[in-house]
Amino acid sequence: MKVVLRNPRREIELAGPMSVVALLNKLELKREAVLVIQDGTIVPGDATLADSDVVEVRPVISGGAV
Amino acid sequence: MKCRVCRGPAVIDVRRQNANYCVEHFLRMCRDQVNKAIEQFAMLNPQDRALVAVSGGKDSLAVWDLLSEAGYEADGLYVGLGIGDYSDASRGCARRFADQRGLELIEVDLLEDFGFDLPSGARAARRVPCSACGLTKRHLFDKAAVQGGYDVVVTGHNLDDEAAVLFGNALRWHTDYLARQLPVLPERDGFPKKVKPLVRLGERETAAYCVLRGIDYIVQECPLAAGNRHLGYKEALNEIEATSPGTKFDFYFGFLARAAALFRPIAEADHQNLAGCLGCGAPTTAELCAFCRLTERATRAGRGAGAGAEVDGAAVLSAHRGPVADGA
Ligand code: SF4
Ligand SMILES: [Zn+2]
Ligand SMILES: [Zn+2]
Repeated sequence: MKVVLRNPRREIELAGPMSVVALLNKLELKREAVLVIQDGTIVPGDATLADSDVVEVRPVISGGAV
Repeated sequence: MKCRVCRGPAVIDVRRQNANYCVEHFLRMCRDQVNKAIEQFAMLNPQDRALVAVSGGKDSLAVWDLLSEAGYEADGLYVGLGIGDYSDASRGCARRFADQRGLELIEVDLLEDFGFDLPSGARAARRVPCSACGLTKRHLFDKAAVQGGYDVVVTGHNLDDEAAVLFGNALRWHTDYLARQLPVLPERDGFPKKVKPLVRLGERETAAYCVLRGIDYIVQECPLAAGNRHLGYKEALNEIEATSPGTKFDFYFGFLARAAALFRPIAEADHQNLAGCLGCGAPTTAELCAFCRLTERATRAGRGAGAGAEVDGAAVLSAHRGPVADGA
């Protein structure tokens, strides 16, 4: 599957199927810090991604002063 | 994962609430939390004209969307800070959002309207970029709201922002900031009313709201944010939240319920020393407000060292053109 990462934007290829939890573990990301997005909607944490899937892993913590 | 409300397939978990939601019920939960905040803190009246501080990021576009969907009259104000590609991209997101919905977006540009951009201004004034940026945005939003006759300035501060700021202020016992860290600041002494309708939503939720509503916000981070203290406080709180969900909510709302009032006398004392800025007329405790001091240092540096040691009030005023001064 193709995984699009952000900040900076880049793409990686991983072999599926793989659960969302396993994907985030592999990328060493905390679930609370990101959203996994596919076709304009959110992929739930318990879903399994297929080898043909394209997903974006988007960070949600913004860092500006307020 | 099943939706708490309808038992259909859920797309997102909100650990603080120990709940999962489908798209429809997640969006409804966000609207409910915003309505609850608005009521709980008397943020808005139905007939209010609101000015939303729009950065093009997830929080400001989410709050603008939520308020206009709820029927409030809400215009946006975007401040161009001149932070390279980041500013160009964020302006694009703000404009597209407004165009697609037929909403009014007012724009102010620091370089065009005041003669400096944020990175060089912060350097000239020897300020941390985020601190120069924060005071600039506050000043310009206040001014635009007063001149445009708006009843209230709306910002997109979410629960994570407020908990992190509270954490930072408590760590250093900045009692003057603690006195003002409220979800509503009433209008007084020349400052407009300010409200934060997203205080009951975390930033993962505001991001999810945008994704599920199809809002194209700027995901890229401001290049000047890296390594600032605010981010470190967020990370520290997220570590605690991971083992103890709900901590951030209890920390912030516990402060509001049980501690905020204790700091009020400090805020009162500050207000007694306010007078009009000699440069721009904005309320300030100094002769020149922080924004006029920043403008003076930033533009003096641009004109060459040594020129114009005294600020020229008329120059500051005439530099302030554009939609804000026109009261659009
Ligand atoms: S990160 Fe700092 S400098 Fe960048 S926009 Fe936010 S407050 Fe301004
Ligand atoms: Zn549901
Ligand atoms: Zn001033």
